[in-house]
Amino acid sequence: MQWASWTAFFNMGGYAFYVWFSFGLTALCLIWEVLALRKRSAQALRLSRLLAQG
Amino acid sequence: MNINWFKYSSPQTFYPLAGRMIPWFAWLATAFAVVGLYIAFAIAPTDFQQGEAYRIIFVHVPAAWMSMVIYIVMAGWAALGLALNARLSAMMAQALAPTGAIFTFIALVTGSLWGKPMWGTWWVWDARLTSELILLFLYLGFIALQSSIDDVRRADRAGALLALVGVVNVPIIYFSVKWWNTLHQGSTISMGAAPKMVTTMLIGMLLMALAFWMYTIAVALMRVRCIMLERERSSEWVKQLSGVNL
Amino acid sequence: MNKAWVIILRRDLLLALRRRSDVATTLFFFLIVSSLFPLGIGPEPAVLSSIAPGVLWVAALLAGMLSLTRLFATDFSDGSLEQMLLAPQPLALLVTAKILAHWIVCGLPVVLLAPIIGLQYALPNDALLVLVLALLLGTPALSLIGAIGAALTLGVRGSGLLIALLVLPLYIPVLIFGAGAVAASQHGMSAQAHLSLLAACSLLSLVLAPIATAAALRISVE
Repeated sequence: MQWASWTAFFNMGGYAFYVWFSFGLTALCLIWEVLALRKRSAQALRLSRLLAQG
Repeated sequence: MNINWFKYSSPQTFYPLAGRMIPWFAWLATAFAVVGLYIAFAIAPTDFQQGEAYRIIFVHVPAAWMSMVIYIVMAGWAALGLALNARLSAMMAQALAPTGAIFTFIALVTGSLWGKPMWGTWWVWDARLTSELILLFLYLGFIALQSSIDDVRRADRAGALLALVGVVNVPIIYFSVKWWNTLHQGSTISMGAAPKMVTTMLIGMLLMALAFWMYTIAVALMRVRCIMLERERSSEWVKQLSGVNL
Repeated sequence: MNKAWVIILRRDLLLALRRRSDVATTLFFFLIVSSLFPLGIGPEPAVLSSIAPGVLWVAALLAGMLSLTRLFATDFSDGSLEQMLLAPQPLALLVTAKILAHWIVCGLPVVLLAPIIGLQYALPNDALLVLVLALLLGTPALSLIGAIGAALTLGVRGSGLLIALLVLPLYIPVLIFGAGAVAASQHGMSAQAHLSLLAACSLLSLVLAPIATAAALRISVE
């Protein structure tokens, strides 16, 4: 391990904003994609059920 | 795998197969990401030129790679769909596009966030970033074209043709943009030249790229299942899935 | 086989002649857009001549794109497009006749008007010459690539904007080489490389675009 402390880790040598925003945005985009797909799938199944019953 | 491909070329049979495949790829993605991130933060040493900010490459470069790979794979599925007139191939192309666009977006934003501390500006019109921007336009055009055409089969084929035209143009566009501007730092990973980076950095990037790749497959399979559900919503097998008592 | 090609060319030119507003609107658009930039940026000749290559080329791109929706739409609505699809001649060949007509009506006027607008931008004479040459070599590529977009979006709602989104990224190499040619001559360098690349773009488009356009037409109509 190369970090002096957790504080040093979060600080990223002064570049905290750039580094954490990048990784955070990436994670956010990918998680959002998965959640949106789950919702889309549920909607499609619900619509199919409605069409069958209607 | 020399199974009978055509058995799985119908949405009804591919749907459950895809469903079974997704968890595998999701777990692989997570595993690669965990190891990759560990290397990115805990093992890779500080770059003496760029400080800690360089660690952004562990998402920027893999995302950029994926954006290009996905476009090529998408064009491949499109070609297959046109050649064999296969619905499922066209659906795979449609399923990959949004993920490709998202990775292109991530590559652009992280590139910009890396550029600010390195070059002092939020945006640099260098060859690689500019080509990524144009790639984003190509993805958006594909998605826009498919969503504007109401007839599903026409949308599939028109999108496929557009993807193929795009794939032919990508090298031309890249060459012309390079011609136009050569500011970007030279490619740090090229096929023949020795990497200018420490090996641990390289391994970290490759692992993250693998993580993104596994993620892409999982998400594309999820999306293609959604597309199948939407297109075939009045067919029996979808009704059964939705739990309707028949 | 040549007869059908000539007939289509002549028909398209005749139709365009009868609706002269099409040519006029393209030219006026080119004129207006190129007049907007000095109004937005300021009249200093030095600034204007430095942005001239890019601005004039972008204006030419946009002007050419406006008329693309009409390339196949009128034939589609009166049924003559289907006749072309059913004709024994290769569709790709017939399509080149229509694209040539489009270029004569929309591309060539821009080439001819450009030097006058270039004067507004304080371009020196040899840069003006390179501008005309570059546009002459590059606008065919624009019509050819644009035809693919027009064929893909035939009959789609909002096709005007959609064509722009599809086709403008593909125009970028032509824009880069074209504007680069004029800029090179402004700085006293040879524009030969740029012009050769422009010619290459047009030639490549001439070979590949009609095939893609024909395929797109079949997808859109059948």
